[in-house]
Amino acid sequence: MSGSSNIIAMKKVVQQLRLEASINRVKVSQAAADLQQFCLQNAHQDPLLTGMSSSTNPFRPQKVCSFL
Amino acid sequence: MCDQTFMAITFGPCDNCSTTSPLMNIYIKNEPTNYCSFCVEMMACQGLLKGETLASLKNESESLKKKLEEERAKLHDVELHQVAEKIEVVSALSIKTRRVLKGHGNKVLCMDWCKDKRRLVSSSQDGKVIVWDGFTLNKEHAVPMPCTWVMACAYAPSGCAIACGGLDNKCSVYPLSLDKNENLAAKKKSVAMHTNYLSGCTFTNSDMQILTSSGDGTCALWDVESGQLLQSFHGHTADVLSLDLAPSETGNTFVSGGCDKKANVWDMRSGQNVQSFETHESDINCVKYYPSGDAFASASDDATCRLYDLRADREVAVYQKDSIIFGVSSLDFSLSGRLLFGGYNDYTINIWDVLKGNRVSMLFGHENRVSTVKVSPDGTSVCSASWDNTLRIWA
Repeated sequence: MSGSSNIIAMKKVVQQLRLEASINRVKVSQAAADLQQFCLQNAHQDPLLTGMSSSTNPFRPQKVCSFL
Repeated sequence: MCDQTFMAITFGPCDNCSTTSPLMNIYIKNEPTNYCSFCVEMMACQGLLKGETLASLKNESESLKKKLEEERAKLHDVELHQVAEKIEVVSALSIKTRRVLKGHGNKVLCMDWCKDKRRLVSSSQDGKVIVWDGFTLNKEHAVPMPCTWVMACAYAPSGCAIACGGLDNKCSVYPLSLDKNENLAAKKKSVAMHTNYLSGCTFTNSDMQILTSSGDGTCALWDVESGQLLQSFHGHTADVLSLDLAPSETGNTFVSGGCDKKANVWDMRSGQNVQSFETHESDINCVKYYPSGDAFASASDDATCRLYDLRADREVAVYQKDSIIFGVSSLDFSLSGRLLFGGYNDYTINIWDVLKGNRVSMLFGHENRVSTVKVSPDGTSVCSASWDNTLRIWA
């Protein structure tokens, strides 16, 4: 019985490798260019990257309210 | 409408191997049966044994592995940082601690942001799960868990519930009510059941399904309402420590990483492992998708963070420095994907330039290991949880 379960396990490995070998891949230069484009396109909307002034930062230091 | 219904048992002895575990209800030759997820997987291979021997299968697997390596190497024409040489350097960042959340009695192990960008949930070794308002430092809810080491917690997309779990091997969902006096622990709903500790959990696009990863080496998709196991993901050969869902525009996949040094990408509907990456030299502690969904990064005990591109099917960047020798426990991308925040076991957070590959800045402040780092949903701040019992919000 253990023989057939070894075969089943091996069969799974081969099926998995066949699946992985058959996928379509693109060149790294293409993929890298796309990653870079995404970054640059969204850079101005990234508050941590561009920095925010204290007045617009929702986590600005808490100001104490006082009655005048 | 089906004219045949049978009692859908979600947990119990498997009809095939008799182990007690979460069950999948399937029809075999029109007969309703309850199989555990492992037997369902094995069944898919049964009918293909004719004419194949162990030796021929071994040969085929060796040749396929070689072919995979060749295919991947063929496309490796340039490095990411070479492509990024022409763009501007990241300007100096002015990120500081804006809030320190104190209240946990022991190590904070995990945290998650709410979609409203101000609330967050955190879980700790002391068995408590706390929901905070990040702006006011108010503790809105505190839920005691029956176990210590609550290693995973997640906020529901609607903001109306939280999920958490850890050494109890389960993932439980707590609906959050506006009534402060209500006993949250009484409304607990046990959803997921694993055979080892729960290392990660996340809601899918709705409050109705939860994806979990466990020390038993599997990930699983559960229906919250019924507690039913919808899909199970087998493939890791050791504990799975982390998972992340693909950003919604790109479809139904998720990535998981574990102690077998592998990061696997899965199709949620079929349960199939579609891609696998093994270049780390030690346990992978955290995996996170790049905001576009075309790549993901992983953090490991080998002190490196690595970026893998899904379309090129290979590792495209390694973020490391000779002076960094401590493992990375967690990482997250900024909104544009240009910055990578990594929480390290040497108590610091290193900020990397994803494209150029160099370190941009360091954040100091924690007095013990950083266990989790997460960027807020609108990208305005980063929250870090640490073994020094506190959480810090940086902006």
